[in-house]
Amino acid sequence: MLASVDWHVVWVRVAHPDHAFFIALTRTVYIAVIAQIMGVILGLLAALMRMSKLRILRVLSGIYVWIFRGTPLLVQIFFVYLASNQLLGFTLIPNSLNGGFFKLDGAIFAGILALGVNEGAYMREIVRAGIDSIDKGQMEAATSLGMRYGLAMRRIVLPQAARVIIPPLGNEFNNMLKNTSLLFTIGVYEMFADAEIGYSNSFQPTEYFLGVAFWYLVLTTVWTFIQAGIERKLAASERGEELSFRERWQAAWNPARGGIFMRSPSR
Amino acid sequence: MQAEDVHKRFGRLEVLKGVSLTVTKGETVCIIGPSGSGKTTFIRCVNHLEKIDSGRIQVNGHLIGYRENNGKLVEDNERNIARQRTEIGMVFQRFNLFPHKTALENVVEAPIKVLGRPKDQAIPHGKALLERVGLGDKLDTYPGKLSGGQQQRVAIARSLAMGPALMLFDEPTSALDPEVTGEVLSVMEELAAAGITMIVVTHEMGFARKAANRVVMMDDGLIIEEGTPQHFFDEPAHERTKQFLSKIL
Repeated sequence: MLASVDWHVVWVRVAHPDHAFFIALTRTVYIAVIAQIMGVILGLLAALMRMSKLRILRVLSGIYVWIFRGTPLLVQIFFVYLASNQLLGFTLIPNSLNGGFFKLDGAIFAGILALGVNEGAYMREIVRAGIDSIDKGQMEAATSLGMRYGLAMRRIVLPQAARVIIPPLGNEFNNMLKNTSLLFTIGVYEMFADAEIGYSNSFQPTEYFLGVAFWYLVLTTVWTFIQAGIERKLAASERGEELSFRERWQAAWNPARGGIFMRSPSR
Repeated sequence: MQAEDVHKRFGRLEVLKGVSLTVTKGETVCIIGPSGSGKTTFIRCVNHLEKIDSGRIQVNGHLIGYRENNGKLVEDNERNIARQRTEIGMVFQRFNLFPHKTALENVVEAPIKVLGRPKDQAIPHGKALLERVGLGDKLDTYPGKLSGGQQQRVAIARSLAMGPALMLFDEPTSALDPEVTGEVLSVMEELAAAGITMIVVTHEMGFARKAANRVVMMDDGLIIEEGTPQHFFDEPAHERTKQFLSKIL
């Protein structure tokens, strides 16, 4: 019954969360960001491998996608955290990682790794679609000027493919923000873990899960605005406003030059 | 440029059935012929955008795309092919300018990144080339804002920036509106007059008549007739050439 919900607790979870919650929120965000960056890099590598002349690289890329898209993310997370050391015969996942100025819990490290590797399999398809969308004549023009394949990819094809890749990449990151909640199952203290622990102490499921749902919504909504801003800037240049790719990126991120929430300059 | 008995097939279709052609330094040669005759495929073979099945192509005395190994031809490695291509300029039917770079950036990209020219040399040279093709006022314009004729002239400047020994033109005006073909052709005539070695696949007979030293007629994967423009337009020998010319003139 609605009446039995303690709305004061919901309000506190939404408006005045405690310090532990903010640590959990920060953790959710940085796990998502690092795992997404890893996913993009792995996806790019796998996409390039898939287009390689060497059959072995194409096969490896195919196996990678086959396995990581074909098994549940939750299974992969458990596998990386609990089974990978035993399987590999060396310590891939340490109890804790100490890099001098930062310390990372082994579970967080495993979680980032699992989310990132899983994401790479999905990003491969997105990167490939982006590269495929670039006219073959671009690569021909570049190589006929004497550019080698790698240089032509880096300077000519990928910068153009990036425009095609960015919208679906944004959607992937939205998913990533939410998928971090799965890491609760291997003991990472992120946003969902915070709510779950609060619930088990208080037996107030509605209050705690409503509260955390609100905060996930905040994260994904903020991201939606950022994404829309970036896409609008990219679209503006497609309409022929004369900004270089670098200038557009700078404008997209730099508030002093328009920022993402400003309209693109009319001329 | 020297091509000997070049054969090329796409699957079961034989597109080049033994093409031999020699172009000497400073010469302008136009290749004409009906579509499907293999002219475009042939010049794409000259800078190894297409592999050949047999025969040999040499530019400046270097074998293109292949290297000789115990009398057999094996495909060369990517590094050597790329180096050979720096000596061969290519202008495409559909321009293929880099849309994310300005006209000047298009021109200086390869000299800086491939030849390793310092920027303070490459940029003035690039500007001079764009001026030469009449686009000195469009240096910072993106291809999307240029007309087809202007884009093709940028593409010509981009190829010239590498200082090629040979320029290949693959139907450079057939994607253009009739009213702008003239501006591209006059640039090409100027290049021909300046003594740049050129092979031009074209349907522009006016250009062939004015600028070419030699005209080559291809049909069905073979060169069927070869001669001066004079010879071609006044007294073509081959029946197929007469038919073709009567259709397009």
